[in-house]
Amino acid sequence: MSALIIRGARPYGEDAADVLVAGGVIAAIGADLEAPEDAEVVEADGCILLPGLVDLHTHLREPGGEEAETVETGTRAAALGGFTAVHAMANTDPVADTAGVVEQVHARGEEAGWCDVRPIGAVTVGLGGQSLAPLDAMAASRARVRVFSDDGKCVHDPVLMRRALEYVKTFDGVIAQHAQDPRLTEGSQMHEGVVSAQLGLAGWPAVAEESIIARDVLLAEHVGSRLHVCHLSTAGSVEIVRWAKQRGVDVTAEVTPHHLLLTDERARGYDATFKVNPPLRTEADVEAVRAGLADGTIDIVATDHAPHPRDAKDREWDVAAFGMTGLETALPVLQATMVDTGRLSWRDVARVLSETPSAIARDEQQGRPLAVGEPANLLVWDPRPTSVVVPEEQATRSTNSPYRGQELPGRNVLTLLRGRPTVRDGEPVARA
Amino acid sequence: MKHFISIADLSRAEAISVLDTAEHMAETQSRSIRKLPTLVGTTVVNLFMEDSTRTRISFEAAAKRLSADVINFSAKGSSLSKGESLKDTALTLQAMGADAVVVRSSSSGAAHLLAHAGWIDQPIVNAGDGAHEHPTQAMLDAFTLRRHLVGEDRLGADLAGRRIVIVGDVLHSRVARSNVLLLTLLGAEVTLVAPPALVPVGADIWPCEVLYDLDDALAAQPDAVMMLRVQRERMIGGGFFPTPGEYSRRFALTTDRAARLPEHTIVLHPGPMNRGFEIAGDVADGRRSVITEQVANGVSVRMAVLYHLLASTSEET
Repeated sequence: MSALIIRGARPYGEDAADVLVAGGVIAAIGADLEAPEDAEVVEADGCILLPGLVDLHTHLREPGGEEAETVETGTRAAALGGFTAVHAMANTDPVADTAGVVEQVHARGEEAGWCDVRPIGAVTVGLGGQSLAPLDAMAASRARVRVFSDDGKCVHDPVLMRRALEYVKTFDGVIAQHAQDPRLTEGSQMHEGVVSAQLGLAGWPAVAEESIIARDVLLAEHVGSRLHVCHLSTAGSVEIVRWAKQRGVDVTAEVTPHHLLLTDERARGYDATFKVNPPLRTEADVEAVRAGLADGTIDIVATDHAPHPRDAKDREWDVAAFGMTGLETALPVLQATMVDTGRLSWRDVARVLSETPSAIARDEQQGRPLAVGEPANLLVWDPRPTSVVVPEEQATRSTNSPYRGQELPGRNVLTLLRGRPTVRDGEPVARA
Repeated sequence: MKHFISIADLSRAEAISVLDTAEHMAETQSRSIRKLPTLVGTTVVNLFMEDSTRTRISFEAAAKRLSADVINFSAKGSSLSKGESLKDTALTLQAMGADAVVVRSSSSGAAHLLAHAGWIDQPIVNAGDGAHEHPTQAMLDAFTLRRHLVGEDRLGADLAGRRIVIVGDVLHSRVARSNVLLLTLLGAEVTLVAPPALVPVGADIWPCEVLYDLDDALAAQPDAVMMLRVQRERMIGGGFFPTPGEYSRRFALTTDRAARLPEHTIVLHPGPMNRGFEIAGDVADGRRSVITEQVANGVSVRMAVLYHLLASTSEET
C-alpha cells in the first residue's frame, strides 16, 4: 500500500494541517508536509478530518435476513457513511447467542473488508428473556465480544438483568439495554400522545422506556456494573440518566439520528417508513435529546440502522415492521441538527460518533486520537455540499430511509481503514 | 371530493352538502321504484377485510339503489385469508377496473394507505379503519340528529348549539373519533363520557368535554345520547374495567337513567348492541330510540357519498 497525504483538512474542525498516512498508520501531521514521490495526494481544503466513525448499534441482518441486508452491503453502506467500525446487533436468525455465530459474523466482516465488524452477543438464549446466553464463551471467542444486548427486546426480568450486569464484570463487558416494558407496550404502534389518539394507533408510552431505565440504573448502581442505554428517546429518559450520572452510576446512553430530527407527526400519513422502535416522539422530546447530547448526558450517537425488505414496509401500519435505515445519513443528520446549529463542535462529533462508542465497547483499535503512530482509521468530511436523499441510490440493500427527498449536508471525501481507502470522492473503493 | 377517508378532510359546507344530498336520496326511497339510474355501468367493490354485516349490506344496498354493479370481496374464503397483502389486492382491483372501493379494515390507516400509496387510482370510501375513523357512520348519525333536532328546516342547516353526549369505549372507537370531528364541525357541543382507561391519552386537546360520570352528563339535559358498543373482544386481559357489572353500574344507559332525560332527547347506538350491558333492552326498543332509523338513514347517506364521489367524476370525464 503506497503512502497517502491529506492536504489542508482540519483535524477535529480545528486548524488545518497535512496528514501523511503510511504503513496503515498516521506517519506525520504538520504544515506543508513533504510527500513521498509515489504518495497519493488528497486535496482537502475546508474539509474536516475525524477519526473513522464507530456505530455501536447496527443491524446487519446476516445471518437470516439477507433479503434486507448482508454483512457485505451493510458494511459498504457503513463505509459510505464514514464508519470504520460497526457493532452488529444480535437479533439475527439464528440469534448471535453462541461463540459460533459471533465468530461467523466477525469473519464475514473481515471478508467484506469495508469496516471492522464487532458482533454484539445476545444477553439471553434466543433473545427469549428466560436464561443467560453463554456470555463468557462469546467474550473469549475470536470475536472478543464485550457488548451484550437483546436489542429488539428488553431484558425485562429484573433478576435476569441483575445477573447479566453482574456476570459481564468478569471480562469488563457491558449490557446494552433496549428499554421497553413489554406489558406497557403490548400491540404498541407509535408514541402515545396527541397524534396516536387522533390516528387510532395503539400508544407506546414514554413511561414504558423510562421505567426500565430507572430500574436499570438502580440495578447497575446496586451491583456496581456498567450499563449502556440503547436509543434513548424521551425527555424523561434524559432526566433519569442525568440523575443517575450525578449519583455516580456507571451508565452511558445513546441517541439515534432519527430521534434527533423526526417527530411523531410523521405518522400522520400512515407511511410505515416512519414506524420505528422506540417510536418517534414529540417536539419536546427531540429538544430534550438534543440538549442531553449537547451537555454530555447522552454519550453517543448510534444509528440503529434497521433495514427491511420493501414488502415489510409497504403495508398497513400495524402489520408493518419497525425500523429505519441510517448508516449513510447519520453524520449528515448529526451535522444538520447539532453542528450547524452550534450545539456540538466537530471535536464533540469525534467524541460521540467515534471515541466514546469505542470506549464503551472496549475496542482499542478504533476511536483513536488523530496523532502520529495511531492506526489510520480516518474520515475526511466536506461539510459544505448538500445532497438529496434517494434511498434507491444508497448502498444498503433496503430503501426504508425516513429521509427520502430530504436535503442533507456533507459529503464523504475519503474514508481510510488502517490506511486503505474504502471510500473516495463519495464512491466505495473495493479492496484490491 | 376524490376520496371519503376522514371527517378531518371535510369542510363544513361539504359535510352539509352530503347531508342534503342524503335527504334527497331518502326521498327517493319512499317511492315505489327505489332504484335510480345514476351509477349505471359503474362497479363498486366492497373490500371487507374485517367482519361486518350491517355496514357491508348498507353499502351494497346504497350502490345497488344507484344502479351500480357491486362486487363483494370479503376476507373469508378469498385470497385475503390466504395472506394476500393489501397492496396486491389493490393492484388486482385496479387491474379489474373497479370504479370505487369501499374498504373496511381492522388496521387504522388502511383506507388512507389505499388512497395514497399509488397502488390504485380510484376513489376510496372508508367503511371503518381500526380505531381511526368510520366517517359514513358519523354522517348517518349527524343525518339522524339533524332530522330530529332541527326538523322541517333542516336542508342547509347544521347542528349549532345542539348538545350531544357520547358514552362508552372511546379508546377503541372509530365511531367516536369521526363523530367528535363531524358533530363539532357542524357546531354541536359534544361531551364524551367514559371510564378514564377508555379515554385515549392525548384526547385532552379534542374539541369536546370529557367526563367520567354519566349521571353528571345526563343531568345537563343533552339533546341526544349516543351509546358506543363496548368492544369486549379488544379487551381480553386488558383490565380496562374490573367487571361488566362495574361498567354497567356507572356507564350503562339504564331505564332509570333514560327516564331522567328531557322529553325530546333521543338515543342512538351504532350497533351491534350489547343489550343489558351498555344499554338496557327497554331503552334500545323504547320511544327515544332512533337506532333502527339510523340503519335506514345509513343507506341514504352512503348513496349520497357514492353520488358525490362517482357521479361528479363521471361528469368531469
